[in-house]
Amino acid sequence: MSRRVLPGLPLSLGITVLYVSIIVCLPLGALVFKAASLGLEDYWRIVSAPRAVASYRVTIGAAAVATAFNVVFGFALAWVLVRYRFPGRRLLDALVDLPFALPTAVAGIALTTLFAENGWYGAPLAALGIKVAFTPLGIMVAMAFTSIPFIVRTVQPVLEDLEPALEEAALSLGAGEGRIFRTVILPLLMPALLAGSSLAFARSLGEFGAVIFIAGNQPFETEITALLAFIRLEEFDYEASAAIASVILVAALLMLAVTNALQARGLRYLDKGR
Amino acid sequence: MAAREPTLRIGDGALMRRTLIGAVALVALVLIVAPIAVIVVRAFSSGFATYAANILHPDTLHAIFLTVVTALIAVPVNTVFGVAAAWAITKFDFPGRKLLLVIIELPFSISPVVAGVSLMFVYGLQGLFGPTLRDYDVTILFALPGIVLASIFVTAPFVARELMPLMQAQGTDLEEAATSLGASGFRTFLTVTLPGVKWALLYGVVLCNARVMGEFGAVSVVSGNIRGQTNTLPLHIELLYQDYNAVGAFAAASVLTVIALVTLVAKVALEGRGAGRARPAKAIVPTTVGEEKPA
Repeated sequence: MSRRVLPGLPLSLGITVLYVSIIVCLPLGALVFKAASLGLEDYWRIVSAPRAVASYRVTIGAAAVATAFNVVFGFALAWVLVRYRFPGRRLLDALVDLPFALPTAVAGIALTTLFAENGWYGAPLAALGIKVAFTPLGIMVAMAFTSIPFIVRTVQPVLEDLEPALEEAALSLGAGEGRIFRTVILPLLMPALLAGSSLAFARSLGEFGAVIFIAGNQPFETEITALLAFIRLEEFDYEASAAIASVILVAALLMLAVTNALQARGLRYLDKGR
Repeated sequence: MAAREPTLRIGDGALMRRTLIGAVALVALVLIVAPIAVIVVRAFSSGFATYAANILHPDTLHAIFLTVVTALIAVPVNTVFGVAAAWAITKFDFPGRKLLLVIIELPFSISPVVAGVSLMFVYGLQGLFGPTLRDYDVTILFALPGIVLASIFVTAPFVARELMPLMQAQGTDLEEAATSLGASGFRTFLTVTLPGVKWALLYGVVLCNARVMGEFGAVSVVSGNIRGQTNTLPLHIELLYQDYNAVGAFAAASVLTVIALVTLVAKVALEGRGAGRARPAKAIVPTTVGEEKPA
């Protein structure tokens, strides 16, 4: 470790600690404090109420489907961007980040308009008897849109660094392409794919702006947990809002721990190389 | 097929290649490009005059103004914090360093609604400081300070997380040389550290700004949504949309879309200079030799 000869530790650390205390720790502490002041029985009654449980089911279910979609689409996108050269590749690469850059409310009204019954997609889908806007399907679409970049951007760098010799060796030994993909490439990409999936899933669990426009927000049917916390707050039911928000917070912390554990392998490798 | 490929790689067959590129491009068109197209089409669906009138409506102009003011406060604050945090964490070792790193990254994982609700329990009347603040006539929530606090919370890690990997990779040798020659800490930062990280810093600032201007969930909880007063641009879009003024909502949305597209262009330009995901350690500090594997 470096000797402590550089100046600026007290100042920079002072600013950092003061800032995170006021901006991050104080609000989250206040939320936990409020939720904890409920007492176990009341807390459990609120977070296990049927409407709350239904909202968990809607949120987790939609996030799972959106993540599954992006495992396939995100992986294919990363593969195409890394392995092939074609006109428009750089544009496609830049477009991947659009869901990050586009405000969620803008994405929300745009997707709702596309999938509404008179929309570009909604109209033909309605003819087939499929309703997307204001159904759980709409929530999945919104979550899939906002979490596109996560899997692409975690898989892409690993795919770029994949040693061509591995495939060459496998090919020269007579393995078919499908077999090489399954037994050589996929295992090497798995940590990145899992880490990206857990990031995408976590983002979908917390997504609010894009979802509420397209969801319809019917209790028990299309109401996500974040919205329920918001609604309880607007009803001045602060205890319930704190309890439900604390559930989302705990889920987010859990997902953070999962992501970190999944990324640990790659990070350990990086630290050793230094 | 070529007679002899330089390297044999799977999936390079013409059929596989065309199918995959076609399928991916199609889904990207349907899912990523179409939303942008629909915003433009709807915003101008009643003609350019209506579009201009929608943008120039006093409430929309005020929403734009409030969004810009929020960004002008939140982005510099998070830039100063990001630089300070990156300096402390990458140039020193101290007890609790890992924990501090986790806390800094925390807002990135937390739902914006949770951030907004949490702020209510600090500054709201039912919160820790609410009653005291009311006694002293200090307004935080449902006003600019609350909007700024919520925006700062959700974008807290943006600058720091771009700087940290780069400053970590650069080590402390150059800075130590500078200070041993008598340069002050501040001068060392400006003349030694900053030139190496300026593009990453700008990259973080650009992303932070985009997120602040587009933040919806957290701001929505704490703003009170008062038309023409505490409505930022994303909240104003929601308000217009729920008023069945879709054309007005899409006109307002087009402003944020332009900001998003400008952000993307800036992002690509900065990545060309080695910022962001272009693996900065390799691009900017070629002296850190050895095999670089992505995290």
